[in-house]
Amino acid sequence: MRIELEKRAGASRLFSFLSPLLALLLTVIFGGIMFALLGKDPIHALHSFFIEPLLEVWSLHELAIKAGPLILIAVGLSVCYRSNNWNIGAEGQYVMGAIAGSILPVVFFEWNSPLILPLMLIMGAIGGALYAGIPALLKAHFNTNEILTSLMLVYIAQLFLDWLVRGAWRNPQGMNFPETRSFAPEAVLPPIMEASGRAHWSFVFALIAAVAVWFMMHYTLKGFEVTVLGQSPRAGRFAGFSSRKMIWFSMLLSGGLAGFAGISEVSGSIGHLQPIISPGYGFTAIIVAFLGRLNPLGIIASGLVLALTYLGGEAAQLSIGVSDKVTRVFQGLLLFFVLSCDTLIHYKVRLVFDRVRQKIEGAA
Amino acid sequence: MKKLALALAATAAIVFSIGTAAQAEDKKKICFIYVGSKTDGGWTQAHDIGRQQLEKELGDKIETAVLENVPEGPDAERALERMARSGCSLIFATSFGFMDATIKVAEKFPDVKFEHATGYKAAPNVATYNARFYEGRYIQGQIAAKMSEKGVAGYIASFPIPEVVMGINSFVHGAQSVNPDFKVKVIWANTWFDPGKEADAAKALIDQGVDILTQHTDTTAPMQVAAERGIKAFGQASDMIAAGPNTQLTAIVDTWGAYYVKRANALLDGTWKSEQIWDGLKDGILTMAPYTNMPDDVKKMAEETEAKIRSGELHPFTGPINKQDGSQWLKDGEKAEDGVLLGMNFYIAGVDDKLPQ
Amino acid sequence: MLEAILLTVITAATPLVIASLGELVAERSGVLNLGVEGMMIMGAVAAFAITQISGSPYMGLLAGIACGGLFSLLFGFLTLTLVANQVATGLSLTLLGLGVSGMLGESFVGVPGIKLQPIVIPLLSDIPFLGLLFRQDIAFYLSIALVVGVNWFLFRSRAGLKLRAIGDNHGSAHALGIEVIRTRYLAVLFGGACAGLAGAQLSLIYTPQWVENMTAGRGWIALALVVFASWRPWRVLAGGYLFGAVSIGQLHAQAMGLGIPSQFLSALPYAATIIVLIVISQNRRTTLINTPASLGKPFVPDR
Repeated sequence: MRIELEKRAGASRLFSFLSPLLALLLTVIFGGIMFALLGKDPIHALHSFFIEPLLEVWSLHELAIKAGPLILIAVGLSVCYRSNNWNIGAEGQYVMGAIAGSILPVVFFEWNSPLILPLMLIMGAIGGALYAGIPALLKAHFNTNEILTSLMLVYIAQLFLDWLVRGAWRNPQGMNFPETRSFAPEAVLPPIMEASGRAHWSFVFALIAAVAVWFMMHYTLKGFEVTVLGQSPRAGRFAGFSSRKMIWFSMLLSGGLAGFAGISEVSGSIGHLQPIISPGYGFTAIIVAFLGRLNPLGIIASGLVLALTYLGGEAAQLSIGVSDKVTRVFQGLLLFFVLSCDTLIHYKVRLVFDRVRQKIEGAA
Repeated sequence: MKKLALALAATAAIVFSIGTAAQAEDKKKICFIYVGSKTDGGWTQAHDIGRQQLEKELGDKIETAVLENVPEGPDAERALERMARSGCSLIFATSFGFMDATIKVAEKFPDVKFEHATGYKAAPNVATYNARFYEGRYIQGQIAAKMSEKGVAGYIASFPIPEVVMGINSFVHGAQSVNPDFKVKVIWANTWFDPGKEADAAKALIDQGVDILTQHTDTTAPMQVAAERGIKAFGQASDMIAAGPNTQLTAIVDTWGAYYVKRANALLDGTWKSEQIWDGLKDGILTMAPYTNMPDDVKKMAEETEAKIRSGELHPFTGPINKQDGSQWLKDGEKAEDGVLLGMNFYIAGVDDKLPQ
Repeated sequence: MLEAILLTVITAATPLVIASLGELVAERSGVLNLGVEGMMIMGAVAAFAITQISGSPYMGLLAGIACGGLFSLLFGFLTLTLVANQVATGLSLTLLGLGVSGMLGESFVGVPGIKLQPIVIPLLSDIPFLGLLFRQDIAFYLSIALVVGVNWFLFRSRAGLKLRAIGDNHGSAHALGIEVIRTRYLAVLFGGACAGLAGAQLSLIYTPQWVENMTAGRGWIALALVVFASWRPWRVLAGGYLFGAVSIGQLHAQAMGLGIPSQFLSALPYAATIIVLIVISQNRRTTLINTPASLGKPFVPDR
């Protein structure tokens, strides 16, 4: 028995819609089996995984908090990947954005002004963009592969943050613990609806960024340029587009968005700098970008789904006592099913039974 | 495809309909939030062993729940809030990095009790707890000075936080109480948990001529390297004798269980109140693993020192002690204040390293 | 002293070299598998578990290789048969591997490991200084054999030529009658087996124990080394040892008490890799020749 694929003439609209549902169904079935094997009530487990986090308003706020940075970063990455620039160092750009944005509230902590927050956000975006500028510069002018440089720069950024919060930027009133002073109230990104939860404006920014990039990709020449250069740099050159400029554009855009995500997270959710400010957002966002099929609107959906699996994982740990590893396996399952079901959009899948074929061929 | 949609709708209906299973029992729920994995073999596992002891001793009155591998930051805040909302009466937050999240969530849930390990911020419903690990390190220092031929020990440190710096100083001071010329070489691994890197650090220290090893990172890798190279070493967080039956001299064992039982009992009989607890050897919050692989006279010395610390006769940080730059820190007979220790960011004389500032 | 340091570097560099070589072959065939970390940790847990159960670390080593290979087939099925996106599938494989290995290994935490002992080669091991290269464990010998073998395979054998042809242009290769999908499956399998072997080295030789996440990012470094090496096996060896040497060197610098912040020293291996890569990539032509042009692109044969 073999599996054969046949390319469809165009993307199937039916399956674009059905494939995520099919993936979900398969995950539910296989996840249910896994939970049953572990001696847990599968329905209860699945309920706490997918439904429980959505039943309460505060939890929806948490969903937005978790999805915000993922979407912001993934939207930027989608432009990179569409243009064939393999930035996998968004985690580092996120960290550098957070550091750059924190200069005002940490170093110039006595300066209070309504201007401080917008300035912080801008500086955060610039910080992330500049840091992404390093692999961009190296690729554009020194022909250095960006996969390696951007990844290595992640570790360097994390160590730099570590050094800052344990040294120069350490809170003088903090008993020498590795934290900066807490941001002044003016420097904190405010919540959207304070009464019901702590989701802050970063989620709104993420939605705006997604829509803006979607618009750019579909309705502007720049978007066309990204696509052309991504698919065929040669064709792009004939059209008068510059690969080199595109490296700069896509890397700075994605770095800027990652940096923006970093400072929003630090300002809105944490309130100070500390050695660890990201649970791997920059890497998870790569998955989010591809799950969203590199489409900014799809990324909103995939960002929310991935955020849900984290929240669901916690709910399942608490209510049925499965270990954290089980939830990670479950996440992996979900991703695999989503990825493989997407095949149905572009291809007809058929199972070929060799014996049958031989018979037919023999008869003929 | 219709069938598929139907099946999906049916599944959804079932999943929606059962809702959260009602908790009919009136057992108190005590929750633990971990920064690492329950089975990390180090810091978090020590807490989880404490939790298991709690369940064993008070299992008819309480139940426990756990969230593991929770990153410090906004995730911790959400995890804590979920715990508070899911009916936890007492929540132990077992990592320093959970401090601000704990304070924030505690403000929102004044009826839930919180306990935060190793931090310094408290509130009416937030207690803090910690163990005087430095007491154990002082004993280790004395043993090291007796056992080392070269008079140099290697110290694998994790991150420059007061807790770790305090440990290094206590070790050095203990060693110098036996051999005033004793030196310590320090490597900062910049990780709590990376067996490979810890092993590399151990090898580097041994190659640089230390003949005794101690660690403030969580895996048994340094112990294994010491065993291979035929030198002696100290275990960390748990009894690591299995990794070095002929190598481990003793280990500082984190024994949170008794403390957790005590606090759970206080919760049950209504006497729980916010305290800043910093217990030591005498309270059993840390214990020394059996003194092994050493001559009897060294063992006797270690036991005597331990007894003196337990009885309060000896405070490991008793002057005269000079800082690394030669200036005086403690006068003769003067004892260090807890506040200074908890924020310690300087070395005492004898450490062959510069503290990152 | 120099000898001792070299020994430490060998142990640290060997898993990187092995995993990198496996990924290199996969990438030469045009498949980008970002799941090295996941396959490596699966190899580590399988090797440790089977060693404990069977009592033989060599059985463990084989189990590590087999487990890494099997795990990679999951990636192969998704990306080659179902043409799912390679980047996302690889990352998901890492996520899954970390989770599954944690589950499988739960009962082995804290169990003392059995170390795979070195094999001393008579006579050669008596050579002054260089003799230490002949007192190593099997993983080291395999790593060197793999460098030589992969280099010969890729550039001297017919099958290697076909594999490179597929990586450079799968359309033309297919037109020439080369089995694109089957070759890629084998390349992915080889990559998985190598990652599994590298993981086994971690849990049987480097630090004979099992703890969760014990790969601690080494799979990512291995991935970066393939790029660093511009897809040439000998450069993988050089890159792995450069990274290993700088990592160990910074620890020695700390132990000497030089007073440089440890964070800067810890960042050195990463910075060094970037700088050397910049120097190497100045020669634009060799980089272009060696980069597999079909890397990461899906292939579906027309019928």
